[in-house]
Amino acid sequence: MIRASIVRSRIDIEALTREAASPSCGATAVFLGTVRAENEGRSVDGIEYTAYDAMAEREMTLILDEARSRYSIESAIVEHRIGELPVGDASIAVVVSHPHRGAAIDALRYIIDETKARATIWKLEQYTDGTREWVGSGTGQPE
Amino acid sequence: MTVTVRLFASYAESLGKHQIVLDINEGATVDDVVRQISTLPGAHRLPPLPLVAVNCAYAAKGTRVFDGDEVALIPPVAGG
Repeated sequence: MIRASIVRSRIDIEALTREAASPSCGATAVFLGTVRAENEGRSVDGIEYTAYDAMAEREMTLILDEARSRYSIESAIVEHRIGELPVGDASIAVVVSHPHRGAAIDALRYIIDETKARATIWKLEQYTDGTREWVGSGTGQPE
Repeated sequence: MTVTVRLFASYAESLGKHQIVLDINEGATVDDVVRQISTLPGAHRLPPLPLVAVNCAYAAKGTRVFDGDEVALIPPVAGG
């Protein structure tokens, strides 16, 4: 089972972990990305995430398919939240289940790295001094 | 024919809109769409060769576009 979603409400990591769990899997690897209070020396108040929803979900589904081929994972879910998020809120969750921990962790790393580089999602950082800036460096294409 | 051009993030701010319906000649390519967009006010702030997607898939500049296609100009992404 794989699922990739853009969401607008708070990420429920416990529900995602239950969704990905399987009796045949001894390992469930979880990554939760949260909004940081500092970026490159600037004090961050929050981040506004926007997305090209349909393409982001399509690209994230492709990434999960690639991870399933490379690591033989049983289940993988990625949820990316968009909208205005304050410091500390989770913006992305990735959950992977596999019979063994090594492949689960490797797949998790692959999915988060590729999602950051390829999914059509943008962030507008809002700083505590009232300024804001689009940040981004992902090429948007598979490596 | 017409194609719908979607703009996001800094590109949408530069052109002051999120969507443009473009009249373009039959047989046009992604490159033709980008060239036509580059004549609009604010487009000087876009890179000369932005990433482009056609109907939600990344597309090379020589890709043909067809009536009703959705063409998106993709700024550098920053998920996570």
